[in-house]
Amino acid sequence: MTDQTMSGAPVNEKTRQPLRVPVLHMGIFAALLIFFLAAPFFLYPVFLMKVLCFALFACAFNLLLGYGGLLSFGHAAFFGGASYISAHAAKMWGFTPELAVLLGTGAAAVLGLVIGSLAIRRQGIYFAMVTLAFAQMVFFFSLQAPFTGGEDGIQAVPRNLLFGLFDIRHDRAFYFFVLAICFGGVLLIYRIIHSPFGQVLKAIRENEQRSISLGYQVNRYKLAVFVISATLAGTAGATKALVFQLASLTDVHWTMSGEVVLMALLGGIHTIFGPIAGAALIVAMQNYFAGFGAWVTVLQGAIFVIAVLLFREGIVGVIGKWLKKPL
Amino acid sequence: MSDTDVILSAKGMTKQFAGFMAVKDVNLDVKRGSIHAMIGPNGAGKTTCFNLLTKFLQPTAGSISFNGKDITTMAASDIARLGMVRSFQISAVFPKLTVLENVRVALQRRRGGNFDFWRSQRVLNQFDEEAMRRVEEVGLTDFAGELAGELSYGRKRALEFATTLALEPELLLLDEPMAGMAQEDIERISALIKRISANRTILMVEHNLSVVADLSDKITVLARGQVLAEGDYETVSNDPRVIEAYIGVGHG
Repeated sequence: MTDQTMSGAPVNEKTRQPLRVPVLHMGIFAALLIFFLAAPFFLYPVFLMKVLCFALFACAFNLLLGYGGLLSFGHAAFFGGASYISAHAAKMWGFTPELAVLLGTGAAAVLGLVIGSLAIRRQGIYFAMVTLAFAQMVFFFSLQAPFTGGEDGIQAVPRNLLFGLFDIRHDRAFYFFVLAICFGGVLLIYRIIHSPFGQVLKAIRENEQRSISLGYQVNRYKLAVFVISATLAGTAGATKALVFQLASLTDVHWTMSGEVVLMALLGGIHTIFGPIAGAALIVAMQNYFAGFGAWVTVLQGAIFVIAVLLFREGIVGVIGKWLKKPL
Repeated sequence: MSDTDVILSAKGMTKQFAGFMAVKDVNLDVKRGSIHAMIGPNGAGKTTCFNLLTKFLQPTAGSISFNGKDITTMAASDIARLGMVRSFQISAVFPKLTVLENVRVALQRRRGGNFDFWRSQRVLNQFDEEAMRRVEEVGLTDFAGELAGELSYGRKRALEFATTLALEPELLLLDEPMAGMAQEDIERISALIKRISANRTILMVEHNLSVVADLSDKITVLARGQVLAEGDYETVSNDPRVIEAYIGVGHG
């Protein structure tokens, strides 16, 4: 009996752990929600909305990188592409905000299906290059196509009545609409990671050959996660267009693809909350360091170098290691 | 040999890489219920052969059939569904999943799709009991909650067996299961292979003739991409061509 308790104790501790981790995660989500509900009353709402949009974008991107093991270097195509569609729909067709976001999201899904089904045939750096190539095509299309407004972009995008009923033109009112979308999106990603699908995804990330030998048709799973990631990146972009009332080339430019990689890496790619932290940090830097002009990029680079040297697993990854809990 | 006796058969199997004949006209019949070993010195084409049989490579010529069904052009993931599962030389576990989750991933495939990203992974708890039994079978009960990446080499191998067995394959293909192992681990894994061979067929690739001596019913010796000799251990180990092939690599 004593023997059993001795060998049983550590096992018990381990079987108890998986019960507590979801509770911890839900607690963090609750704290984040409370923070973001209160934040617009003491922080600038547009800044917060930018953080939220990028947090969703980074989480969607990280679903692909951190959990699918696929490094896309063309996610700007979905983010920026959806922002054009949503802006155009709101401005030219008078779409209500929720429909404009939905249409942008749908367009990103279709684009994701097209690009994804071709890109997943290649692996590693070649996959990244193929996604980059497609994103460049989307960029030049956006530059040339008449409806995107070329260098000017689509400006003065209206915030129409929500559901055709509610006036949410004011920043603080619009903020809660954005919060609902982005928070919902991040929760959905959390669920995806912890679904049967997410479990197979992790297996493929960990060992693709072995997953094949167990009978999984890995390319189908890769395509599915690619499309989901692209779709949610589109949601973020479509929402951002309504926040800034602008869709521009910045959002389809390759530097945007790079920025989201940076956000995910900085926060920690094998974590749930890392991309949110990374997005908040980068957006805050861009905002508060704006006075430094072109030096922002240099500062960003310096912080990235420091992060890579000191926190190989990202900020949240390192915190998770200290706490001995997956975050 | 009648067709029902043969579970896996290769006829005239050939693989050519840019100007290099890795495997040349190999004929192989694996008898149902046997432990069949494929051995040969370095560069004999064992691994290529193995990858051809498991569909990780496509043969340049020849045909392969499993249970009388032609699988020559099938995808690697599809043969697993037919009941033919392979292992890997570098023990293939999912390092960041727990031991239990590793086995569960294999069981989970029975659900079919698994594209249901909106559902909680709690639906997988239905497989926990069976997964635990598989973990127990290979003596890893105490490590069930441990991350697979943190296991010792021998235990990773054991976990890989548990994962493979969870699919209840009719035919198990083991790629150098003893590679890089200490003597005591070799004995443990040998015993494990023997135990799991009940009601199953096993085809294993090995470098070393001696480790498969007690284990296998039939041994096929490969050299330079071709079958050099075939038979039981006695026959093969006394074959002068086999002795010659191994001289120089220190196994004379």
